[in-house]
Amino acid sequence: MKFLKLTWKNSFRHKLRTFLTILGLAIAVMAYSVIRTSVDAWYAGASASSPNRLVTINNVSLIFTIPMAYKEKIEKVDGITGITWAQWFGGVYVDPKNFFAQFAVDPVTYFDLYPEYIVPEEQFQDFLSQRNSVIVGRKLADRFNWSVGDPVRLIGTIFPGDWDFVIAGIYTGTKEITDESQWFMHFAYLDERMKVEAPPRAGQIGSFITRIDDPNRAVEISNNIDAMFENSIAETKTDTEEAFQLSFVAMAGSIVAGLKAVSVLVIGIILLVLANTMAMTARERTSEYAMMKSLGFRTAHIAGLIFGESLFIAAMGGLMGILITLPIVNLVRVGLSDFFPVFKLDPITVMLGFSAAIIVGFLAAIFPAIKAVNTSIIDGLRIID
Amino acid sequence: MAEKFIEVKNVEKSYWRDTLEIPVLNNINLDIEKGDFLALMGPSGSGKTTLLNLIAGIDRPSTGEIFVDGVDIAPLSDGMLARWRSDNVGFVFQFYNLLPVLTAFENVELPLLLTKLSKQERKHQVETALSIVGLADRMDHYPNQLSGGQEQRVAIARAIATDPSFILADEPTGDLDKVSAEEIMDLLSQLNKEFGKTIIMVTHDPKAAEYARTQRHLDKGELNNNHA
Repeated sequence: MKFLKLTWKNSFRHKLRTFLTILGLAIAVMAYSVIRTSVDAWYAGASASSPNRLVTINNVSLIFTIPMAYKEKIEKVDGITGITWAQWFGGVYVDPKNFFAQFAVDPVTYFDLYPEYIVPEEQFQDFLSQRNSVIVGRKLADRFNWSVGDPVRLIGTIFPGDWDFVIAGIYTGTKEITDESQWFMHFAYLDERMKVEAPPRAGQIGSFITRIDDPNRAVEISNNIDAMFENSIAETKTDTEEAFQLSFVAMAGSIVAGLKAVSVLVIGIILLVLANTMAMTARERTSEYAMMKSLGFRTAHIAGLIFGESLFIAAMGGLMGILITLPIVNLVRVGLSDFFPVFKLDPITVMLGFSAAIIVGFLAAIFPAIKAVNTSIIDGLRIID
Repeated sequence: MAEKFIEVKNVEKSYWRDTLEIPVLNNINLDIEKGDFLALMGPSGSGKTTLLNLIAGIDRPSTGEIFVDGVDIAPLSDGMLARWRSDNVGFVFQFYNLLPVLTAFENVELPLLLTKLSKQERKHQVETALSIVGLADRMDHYPNQLSGGQEQRVAIARAIATDPSFILADEPTGDLDKVSAEEIMDLLSQLNKEFGKTIIMVTHDPKAAEYARTQRHLDKGELNNNHA
């Protein structure tokens, strides 16, 4: 405690240098936290998935459909307690840049399998009673200022033509990580029009979602489902919902890996910056440390002063980094809401960012401390006669 | 007969530059009495600062023994030597070696941080030391707000703050103008006469050496036998 004042005063001996170092650390911690939050955002779908749900898609690719007729067989597989289906719609609202996820679903069974989407009962009944009505997420409604009762027209891309809808309800998520930026329409509305306009596309869906009674049997049940359709015109691939979501992350695997690498690189660079600052500091004070040693200051005292200063600067940088991370994450969340429905700063990320700063502070002090401790008093004072 | 305080016995010191041995001190024998004020003189490279460093315990002799108040300091470990220095030695350097971020008070307090004194006791010690050197009114000033002479007086206050057994001064007036140098020498002389401090001073300056009770001359690593 007696040496805290000296550590404090030493830290601000070169105010500009210290400020720039703290700023550098803060930016690094902010960059690390934002990058890590971005990586978390990629995995948000997987994090929000349920272990009780399986997703069955066409074995060739997600963009190929599977027949609705499979439902009868799949729901009879042992261990399955519920089934629903969804078809990606892919319409454009006013402008192609207004991207959001649109699914044509079976209203009753879909919301039964996804209890994390909360829809007011009255709105849900309206949704059930009107074929061209939709349920949208709270964030999506806020994004386009939609209210219940608003008419919305989408221009079909996968399913060509103008499609008119009415907002019947707005759902909210039970958890913070629940995606509130989706659009759910009636599959029947889509399918009936396909029967008229493009009969071969009628009765085709993108995926079946099943609820299973025991997550431990997920692999067995998945295998049983897929085995039924081996050598058919549309072989299936069934995975847990988490694995299904992770397959999307895998599509952008290089980007995610790159982001992770950059986050580590950022910490490495700032380590060099702080290490350089501490090395300069210790070198400039060589004669002072020698003087202090001549007064009786021991190795632990000198090392303590260097480590204390480095850790203090690192802690300041870490704290400042966390403070500037909060508004930056909010900005990124707003700016990238089209791409990342869930972009949330995890407390663990905050802790990791601050811990990284502290570790950098410790590592940066090691070599300057060793050098200062090992420099003899005589050399330090440069008083060899 | 006066009490023998410091005994330097058959001390030799060499430095190595790669494989080349450079002898600095050769068979030095020196006795210093308690309360003495010794001026070590000699040309540059004569080894006087090296001898001072050996007596101070910040360097070790190649051979020989150095007893201070009966304790042979040469075999002490680095940690024990550091503790011994903090208890027994007061340093005054040519270039003051004050920490620029600390006030005069804090600079003088620095060696006291190694003691078990309370904050109040440290304050008392610091104020006493600064009063002795005549800088009680400059406690809150930083080194860059003081003249060279005042900085050296703060350094002397730092040297006496722990009430050490003896004071070592390496060219204490080497960086000062004539008036300031005289003030510093008066102060050292006062510490010797009024407070009974044993002082060993290295100096080039014959005028500064005149303040000492004893003068010894070193030349090419050997101590001349003639006492002044």
